[in-house]
Amino acid sequence: MIGSMGAAEMLARQAPQAAAESYLAVDNLSKIYVADEGTVRALDRVSLEQKRGEFVSIVGPSGCGKSTLLMIAAGLTSASDGEIRVNGKRIVGPRTDVGIVFQNHVLLDWRTAIENVMLQAEARKLDREAAEVRARELLNAVGLAGFENKYPKSLSGGMKQRVSICRALIHNPPHLLMDEPFGALDALTRDQLVLDLQKICSERSMTILFITHSIAEAVFLSDRVIVMTPRPGKIDRIIDIDLPRPRTLAMRDSSKFVEYSREILDIFLARGVLHEN
Amino acid sequence: MANGVTTVSLEQIEEKVKQQKTALRRSERRAELIYPVLVAAALLLLWEAVSRFFGVPEYLFPTPSAIIATTVNNWALLLTETWITTVEILLGYFASILIGVPLALAIFHWPVFAKSIYPLLISTQAMPKVAVAPLLVVWFGFGLMPKVLIAFLIAFFPIVINTVVGLSSLEREKIHLAQSMGLSRFDTFRLIRLPHALPSLFAGLKISITLAVVGAVVGEFVGGDGGLGYQLMVANGAMDTPLLFAGIVVLTLLGLVLFWMVEAAERWAMPYQDRITGMGISS
Repeated sequence: MIGSMGAAEMLARQAPQAAAESYLAVDNLSKIYVADEGTVRALDRVSLEQKRGEFVSIVGPSGCGKSTLLMIAAGLTSASDGEIRVNGKRIVGPRTDVGIVFQNHVLLDWRTAIENVMLQAEARKLDREAAEVRARELLNAVGLAGFENKYPKSLSGGMKQRVSICRALIHNPPHLLMDEPFGALDALTRDQLVLDLQKICSERSMTILFITHSIAEAVFLSDRVIVMTPRPGKIDRIIDIDLPRPRTLAMRDSSKFVEYSREILDIFLARGVLHEN
Repeated sequence: MANGVTTVSLEQIEEKVKQQKTALRRSERRAELIYPVLVAAALLLLWEAVSRFFGVPEYLFPTPSAIIATTVNNWALLLTETWITTVEILLGYFASILIGVPLALAIFHWPVFAKSIYPLLISTQAMPKVAVAPLLVVWFGFGLMPKVLIAFLIAFFPIVINTVVGLSSLEREKIHLAQSMGLSRFDTFRLIRLPHALPSLFAGLKISITLAVVGAVVGEFVGGDGGLGYQLMVANGAMDTPLLFAGIVVLTLLGLVLFWMVEAAERWAMPYQDRITGMGISS
């Protein structure tokens, strides 16, 4: 996928300090929105690094700028200050070496499930037959066998989001960006999709940046969890999750898992995101 | 039921529910057809009875039977006039599509163009088309041209507005998706923006076809030598009220048929779409 469509992603300047191992580097990133009632400080000098093959979650309450950070990382929104580098190259336009899963499924009503997945392949001029085989495999892997030719209107919310995950994976992107992908789903569907996602990740080498407001989801899936607090959006702590893989639902009750969750919860309590009384 | 003597399998229950559902759907479909027809027939009968009972003179309010008789007796004349009017309507309508859609694309793509053309566009719409009809007759005579022009003028505005609305209503996330897939501006338009705009475009096309009928008839009123509108004027002048009514009936049917054709085109272009049948919007 690197060839034809990389035009937008231009190399502005080589960043000399980029560490060899680091895949994504976010450097002193700030974002200020100008609204009618004044300015909104969405991101306040955020810096983080992601290694190749690493699963990093950003967890935080609504309005902490985590989605903005993801959009900037995708090159879809511009930063007010600071920069983002991928493989040492500064990002100045929309990246095409990514698969994005949005909060909403963003499926096209006039395309069936498989046609929606194939949109990505068509856009990238991939070999049609090979892509279609892959699309079927992916849909099968997320439990959508038999629904390939259904239009989005006859799929449930969870099914639509599964289709959109397949669409983000069909071109084997080196970087998968997920923006609260399970936010709108019920608890059981979420659990299943989290398990599906873990399985899919284990089968291929992918670097994943995952945005969520669910502490459990973040701890369950990640190698590292980045905790953000709002107004202005800031990184509060970065926590390494040292749990064996594959992770199981039962592990959520293990003392280590509970400890990690508690640590994140304590940050939110200390910063006034949550208050008990 | 709890006595356990007759246990029904779930498959049997499923079969039963399915049958009930099909029966219900069938009766609903029947009702959709039967009730409007019954109501229409009842109204016509009432009209007939009242007219006869009170002896309403034919030049004031003819009975349905008289109108039907006149329609049948004059079918050759009515058919010829219908053909003339249909040609005017369709020429005006296609002109409004051929000019309206590209104009909408231009308005969407060049904001500066949009800003400069919009006030003009609104003005042409605010101006009553009936008022310019005599002027068009002065310029283009009594032939086909002024009728087509009026039909065009009246029909093209909804097409432009609805197409622009459809094109610009694309969600930001779909644009982001297209960008992340490396789609060119043209491919984004072709694969995402245009199909997204189709429902709105067809809404405009459906409004416009009924307006085109109005436009052509207005053109014939003002200065015509043929067509259903002209025939209405002639019948009116001759106090031939049954023929006047017959003309109205034929015009209504023509409008319905044209509307259905646009709807059929819509179904063909968007087979995936759930739609509410748009008869309500037609007037």
